[in-house]
Amino acid sequence: MNYVKKISLIWFAGLLAISTGIQAKDDAVEKGLEIAKERKARDTGWDNSVANMTMILRNAQGQEATREMRVSSLEMQDDGDKALTVFDSPRDVAGTAFLSFSHAMEPDEQWIYLPAIKRVKRIASRNKSGPFMSSEFAFEDMTSFEVEKFSYEFLREDKYNGEKVFVIEQTPEDEFSGYSKQIVWIDQEHYRVRKVEFFDRKNDPLKTLEFEDYQAHEVNGKQFWRPYRSYMYNLQTGKSTELSTNSLEFGQELDESDFDKNSLRRAR
Amino acid sequence: MSNAYILAAAALATTALSAQAEIEIGGSASVEGRYFLQDALYPGQPRSQVSLALEPEFYTQWNSGDDSLLVKPYARLDQRDSNRTHVDMREFQWLHVADEWESRVGVGKVFWGQTESLHLVDIINQTDTVDQFDGEEKLGQPMVNFTTYGDWGTVSAFVLPYFRERTFSGQDGRLRPGLPIENDRAVYESDSEQRHIDYALRYQNSMGQWELGLSYFNGTTREPELQVNFEDNLNAHIFPYYAQIEQVGLDVLKVQGAWLLKFEGIYRSGQSEDFGAAVLGFERTTVGIFDTNYDLGLLMEYQYDERENNFFAIGQNDLMFGARWTLNDIDGTELLAGYIQDLDNTDTYSGFVEASSRMTDNWRWKLDAYFFSSDVPGTLNTIRRDDHLQVTLEYFF
Repeated sequence: MNYVKKISLIWFAGLLAISTGIQAKDDAVEKGLEIAKERKARDTGWDNSVANMTMILRNAQGQEATREMRVSSLEMQDDGDKALTVFDSPRDVAGTAFLSFSHAMEPDEQWIYLPAIKRVKRIASRNKSGPFMSSEFAFEDMTSFEVEKFSYEFLREDKYNGEKVFVIEQTPEDEFSGYSKQIVWIDQEHYRVRKVEFFDRKNDPLKTLEFEDYQAHEVNGKQFWRPYRSYMYNLQTGKSTELSTNSLEFGQELDESDFDKNSLRRAR
Repeated sequence: MSNAYILAAAALATTALSAQAEIEIGGSASVEGRYFLQDALYPGQPRSQVSLALEPEFYTQWNSGDDSLLVKPYARLDQRDSNRTHVDMREFQWLHVADEWESRVGVGKVFWGQTESLHLVDIINQTDTVDQFDGEEKLGQPMVNFTTYGDWGTVSAFVLPYFRERTFSGQDGRLRPGLPIENDRAVYESDSEQRHIDYALRYQNSMGQWELGLSYFNGTTREPELQVNFEDNLNAHIFPYYAQIEQVGLDVLKVQGAWLLKFEGIYRSGQSEDFGAAVLGFERTTVGIFDTNYDLGLLMEYQYDERENNFFAIGQNDLMFGARWTLNDIDGTELLAGYIQDLDNTDTYSGFVEASSRMTDNWRWKLDAYFFSSDVPGTLNTIRRDDHLQVTLEYFF
């Protein structure tokens, strides 16, 4: 009798342990999603912006190249953002423009304009894991953050450069993403991303991205934080890309007509 | 276009531009060498030729960017072929942009279409074949263009008041039939000749994963028919005949995951026969191939043309295979190779390789190679010994 009781007790304890584990996992998923939603909420309402940026590419041999570009962005309600990027250097690609509509669940739409032959070319969006302008940023790294693009799991609270942060894991929902997962450091005060670790499809560490020099911009009475410097380092190749913002203006009276193929064709 | 016209345009450009405070100046200059792998088929043709090209660009805008002027003259100097030594006004265009429409007045360049191996639908600009043999180089087209757009797409209307003749290699140039094509003796169906006013209309729209274009053209054909004048046996010559045509075109692209599916089709009436032609194919790109940073795109296009005997209609029943290799390196190195097989005749085919990379931020090298083979009468047969390599150093400023 005692023996039976003992067995069932052990069995019960085991079941309890498992269900607690499941419960803990559910909580972590729930908390991760909440953090992601809050991150998005804090960054909603900026409407539109125009930035002048410099990209510095470095390869493992120390070769360095500078790219200048201008990026116009338009926030879309209930959809991913639209962006128009025009390259000013190197000179042989000056005037080349890139238009992207990111979407939360559907494939992104992308076009490139080649000024020498006046041609607008559609890009197959499944190639989102490909490099953006030979940089360590992939096309998918350049598109807007949308909650639906990932599933989440809260990992821990931590400190990053003296600030309290949440560390969460986000897994791309899109099977054509170049990443199996990303670990994201988000500060607890403003929900700004401070650091991202990217893992490749084989789950090996691939890249780290660090955001620095966050500056606040006020748009319609709300504060928006933008990193003026981001640094992407490829752990597998030793190549890196530094992206710095030279100027950034909000409220540029842009609307959807500034983000179509006609505007792409006359971008310069 | 006469030199006087260009000089006048340049003078006007200088005046217009000097009235403006801020002028952006850019452009490129290049030196190019061509080496032909075989001895020439026709007397007088060179084995090699060196040439220089200059294409500066002047741009200014006013009305907070709603108005702009782009001026892009072009000049090429060729060591051998006097036909290849030429000047052109590639662009001289005033652009005005409003909320729901834009207008372009002046000399401009327009591209229509989706496919890679042939540009059937693209008809506004004349091809500058003597400049680059791949057909991608175009002459500036005088135009008045009005474009309006909305959620429903874009409609663009063109009035084209002046016709540009296709350029051809001269007596001292390669890449031509046995007798040079004599532009000076061009014959037109229209009595107005080059001053015939052409019209064109285009609708285009992007709908999710689809791109759609519909076009209509009425005017002087950009692609002449070649005729031979035997009247004087000693001075037999080939001249281009430019008929009045009507052409409708349809171009479609569908994004299917990593695949781009492409179609272009035209129907043209007014020349010696009415005909249809089409190109159908795909491009599939794989990023990060073999665990590298490289992209590899594979292309295949089938070309169909009802015409049997037109010098310029090579793609009658042909298949193109291509590969586009992008290294995604700092130097922007890329390579495109293609092979076009005539399905009616196994010995008729052509191939090309186009490679380029940056040396510094301002300098780029290009290496192009073209191969032609045919043992039956036809276009490729006339240039069957014109396989060549072309090396270009281009400086961008």
